[in-house]
Amino acid sequence: MPNSPSSMVNQYRLEEDEEEEQQQDADTKDIFITVDNPESHVTAIETFIMYRVLTKTTRSEFDSSEYEVRRRYQDFLWLRSRLEENHPTLIVHPLPEKFVMKGMVERFNDDFIETRRKALHRFLNKISEHPILSYSQHFKVFLTAQELTSHKKQGPGFLSRMGETVRAVANSVRGLRNRPEEFTLMQEYVEDFSNKICSVDKVTQRIIKEQREYLDELKQYDLAEPLKGVARCVEGCSKETEEQIQHLSEVLVPALHEYVLCAETLKAVMRRRDNIQAEFEAKNEALASRKPENQELQEEVDGLADRVELANNALKGDWSRWQKGMRTDLKSAFISTAEKNVDYYEKVALYRLASACSTTQLWSTEAAEWIFQEEID
Amino acid sequence: MMADSGSSEEVAVIGNIDLTSSESENNIINTMVERGTALLRKMEINVAEAEKRTGKNTVNMQETYTVYLIETRPAETVPDGGTPAAPDTLWRRYSEFELLRTYLLVTYPYIIIPPLPEKRAEFVWHKLSADNLDPDFVERRRVGLENFLLRVASHPVLSNDEIFFRFLTEEKGWREAVLETGFQDKADSRLKSLSAMFRVKNPDKRFTALKHYSDELNTVISQLLRVRARVADRLYGVYKVHGNYGRVFSEWSAIEKEMGDGLQSAGHHMDTYASSIDDILEEEEHYADQLKEYLFYTDAVRSVCRKHELIQYELEMAAQDLAHKKQQKEELATGTVRVFSLKGMTSKLFGQESQEQRESRLAALEQSIQEGEEAVKEKNAECQEFVRTAWEDIERFKEQKDRDLREALISYAIMQISMCKKGIQVWSNAKECFNKM
Repeated sequence: MPNSPSSMVNQYRLEEDEEEEQQQDADTKDIFITVDNPESHVTAIETFIMYRVLTKTTRSEFDSSEYEVRRRYQDFLWLRSRLEENHPTLIVHPLPEKFVMKGMVERFNDDFIETRRKALHRFLNKISEHPILSYSQHFKVFLTAQELTSHKKQGPGFLSRMGETVRAVANSVRGLRNRPEEFTLMQEYVEDFSNKICSVDKVTQRIIKEQREYLDELKQYDLAEPLKGVARCVEGCSKETEEQIQHLSEVLVPALHEYVLCAETLKAVMRRRDNIQAEFEAKNEALASRKPENQELQEEVDGLADRVELANNALKGDWSRWQKGMRTDLKSAFISTAEKNVDYYEKVALYRLASACSTTQLWSTEAAEWIFQEEID
Repeated sequence: MMADSGSSEEVAVIGNIDLTSSESENNIINTMVERGTALLRKMEINVAEAEKRTGKNTVNMQETYTVYLIETRPAETVPDGGTPAAPDTLWRRYSEFELLRTYLLVTYPYIIIPPLPEKRAEFVWHKLSADNLDPDFVERRRVGLENFLLRVASHPVLSNDEIFFRFLTEEKGWREAVLETGFQDKADSRLKSLSAMFRVKNPDKRFTALKHYSDELNTVISQLLRVRARVADRLYGVYKVHGNYGRVFSEWSAIEKEMGDGLQSAGHHMDTYASSIDDILEEEEHYADQLKEYLFYTDAVRSVCRKHELIQYELEMAAQDLAHKKQQKEELATGTVRVFSLKGMTSKLFGQESQEQRESRLAALEQSIQEGEEAVKEKNAECQEFVRTAWEDIERFKEQKDRDLREALISYAIMQISMCKKGIQVWSNAKECFNKM
């Protein structure tokens, strides 16, 4: 695994350097990916959406500086599972879910497609920012090959993946002897984080629901002539509430949702790390119980021990990177939400002010003075 | 406060605004004292407190009720450094207010009598209890009762009423005094006034228009109150759910290192936000009460219109009666029977009556006609006087209503603006906390 400069710097990072590094990343960013232009494809068997993936890069590994390919959701799934297979203890950013369970009338309505497109775009960009995954061969193939089908056929087949799962189950039954404390702490954190982020997600969904019901009632203000000024104000407030709901749905909800999925990814990563350790421990025990020294087995055990160390280091390095990313992403989503809410109240205040003025049928300087005086105070 | 009387596009300049909910009554005092009745120049009136009492009611059952303390104080300026004189006080319960109002309704049928606050809570949103003994309800009712007294005290006609004065000053014996006026006998039976509505031939167009306007106002305000209550309910839900953010952020902050402080303090702001809705909706109730007063006022307006119809009806009946009698006289004098009457028929069948009989009947009719003419003249005078005095009060009421509703809408808008400011503050603070994450 190539050790990119940034992954080493991770360990020596100080708070103040964070911003600097982000700037550095922006300056040194050498690959730009966009996902856009969803198009419906109809065949005899199925209907699916193809997205355009556009890559612009100056990396020497790429033969050209620009690539345009068309990919479907299944292709993204393939890429991600390859990345996870090759790097079992790295934190690979999650993909949007296959189906949305609630409130979906049709798989391919515009909102769904747009939400998915944004998430796919984020996925590829997250991968491209990862110091290790970004240089994966599969990633390169995904971005550049016109035809992906032939590449999909290679790699560990179904049976070998089955075998892996069986081994994993067997190992989990046996249990780990010696999980290093830092991974136990990590496991606990992941559990807690998963609960908390799911709660925040649920609360946010609930807020959206309550806002929608509030908006419905607001629209019931059907006011006749004497209160026309009030009616206009209510119209304005309704519009602002709609925008507020939209902002929540487009900014905060996707960010929270992404990290709900991340929590699941983290759990899987922890499981895989545990399995790697368990496999080593199993073989190690087998070795210890053999009286005549078995050279082959010894070599196998040594190999597995190395594997454990590599897996642990990979996870440790990626862990702090992930935490930073989580902090940045969620912080920005919350800040954006708070800003939108401030904006909402400012606009609604103006509508109310206008309504008060229209009620007096002339701009009352004293009223305005009073209101703005409060503001100054 | 100024108002261009007589023009439909009234212009109001908002004077010094102290429109916090607790001072809204003060505002009414200000405007009314400016208008100045003799009574208010003499005394200040307050409904200061409410207290629970238990006692036996008319069917000898134990009941709990609320009494309200009425304070009256001579309205003289207090010298610097001096303390105001202690007020005279007495206790009244709601049913006594009702009795007073019924008395006023009967005694001054041409006046739009100010309404009492509602007996039972209506148009409530779910959190507010509809229980009459709920302290918030009692408090709002206290304000409403004070408002009622001030409205009566500032009315050019009603403020001079003896019974009203004694209501404010005589705790014992007032009830007997009211009943002694015998006002209950004067109360028109409902049936009479109902039938009048359908049979008036020449209703005064202005009153018909007024009735329609009053009905429309009633509909508009009812709808406004209904929607407001539902919107308040929903808004409550939105704010309260944010309280969950407070809880979750706090729990989440415990497992985070760098993010912890920012999350924790943001959570506190979410709690503040969630709890701010209680005060906001409390203040809104006062606004709703101001609207409700005018909702109930429409009933008073309709009463005046109905009374007019009744008088008009009686006038028409009297005139009709007179015309009928005059016609009878004419027939008797000329001998022609134009209108079928039993007398006419029997005389045809059984022979004419004697000359004496005829003359005595004529004399009786003359008498009756004279009485009838007197009655019509009286009724006409009554009707004209009613129309004159009623219309005077209606003009006064219209001015008051326009002013009050406009102020209510403005103070509502101002309250909403202050709510927005709170929102801006909370979310700005939250943003600062998020920045520290």
